[in-house]
Amino acid sequence: MNTTTTSTGLQSLSISQRIIASSLALLLGLTLLVGTGFAGDFRLHNGAHDTRHAMGFPCH
Amino acid sequence: MIRNLFAAALLAALCAGLITAAIQHFRVTPLILHAETFEGEGGHSHGAEAVAADHEHAEGTADHTHDAVAATEAEPEEWAPADGFERTAYTTLATVLAAAGFALVIGAVSMFAGLPITFANGFLWGIAGFVTFSLAPAYGLAPELPGMPAADLAARQVWWVGTALSTGAACLLLAKTRAGWAFAVAIALVAIPHIIGAPAAPDEPSAVPAHLATEFAAITLGTSLVFWLILGTVFGKLNDVFAARSATVPAGATA
Repeated sequence: MNTTTTSTGLQSLSISQRIIASSLALLLGLTLLVGTGFAGDFRLHNGAHDTRHAMGFPCH
Repeated sequence: MIRNLFAAALLAALCAGLITAAIQHFRVTPLILHAETFEGEGGHSHGAEAVAADHEHAEGTADHTHDAVAATEAEPEEWAPADGFERTAYTTLATVLAAAGFALVIGAVSMFAGLPITFANGFLWGIAGFVTFSLAPAYGLAPELPGMPAADLAARQVWWVGTALSTGAACLLLAKTRAGWAFAVAIALVAIPHIIGAPAAPDEPSAVPAHLATEFAAITLGTSLVFWLILGTVFGKLNDVFAARSATVPAGATA
C-alpha cells in the first residue's frame, strides 16, 4: 500500500490542493513563457531574441 | 509534495535549458547571425529592429508612411544585448527561463489531470511536449530566421497558441482515455488548426539563402526534440527521487 501511494505522490494530494498547486504552477509557467516567447516589450524581445527563433516562437 | 514538484520542474528545466542553450550556441545561433547579415540593407541594427517591427513587414503595403519611419528613427537607441558574450548569456538565460516555463506548464497539467510524470513515462511526456509545442506549430509556421518574410506577428502568435492548446488537449485526452471516441476527438483537435491554416507569409523574395532556412528548420526541430526528451525524462526521474525520499518521512508529515 505504502509503495503505491509514495511512488505516485500526486494521489496523496486532495483535489483542492492539486487545483491550487497546478494553478500556481500554470500561472508562473505561462508568465515565463509569455515573457521569453511572446512579450512585445523591446527589452524582453531583444534579450530573448535568439531563443525565440531557436525555440520556434513567432518572432518579429 | 507540491514543493517537490516545483523543485523537480525547475531542476529539470535548468538541466534541459543549459544543454539546449549549448546546442543552440554551436548550431542554431550561428545560423541566426548569418541570416541577420541578409536582413535589411546591411545597416541592420539588432536594437532598432523591435521598435520598427510593426513597420518592418508593412514595407510593401500602401499604409507604410514616412511619418511612421520618422517616428521610429526619432526613438532613442533601444537596448539590446551586445553581440558576443552578452548576447550568448541572455540567450542562455532566456532558454533556461523558457524551459522553466514549459516544465511548470507540464507540471501543472500533470497535477491537474492526476497523471504523474515519472521516469517510466517521462519520455512520453517529452514526446507530447515536443509534438504540442514544437512540431504542431512548426507544421504551419516553419521555424523562421530573421529576415524571412512572415505574416502579421499577432496573427501568428494567436495561431501558435491555439495550435499548442488544441494539440496539447489531444495528447492529454489520449493519455486519460483510449476510447474510440477519444481518438476521433484527438484527431480532430490536432487537425483543426491546420485546416484553419496558419497565417501565410507574404509571397515576397527573401535575401536569406534557402539552404540556411532549411538547415535552420531542421536543426531547431531536432534541438527541440532533444530539449523535450531531456526535460521529460529528468523531470520524471526527479519526481521519482523526491517521492522516494519523502516516503521515508513518517506518514502525516508534510514533505
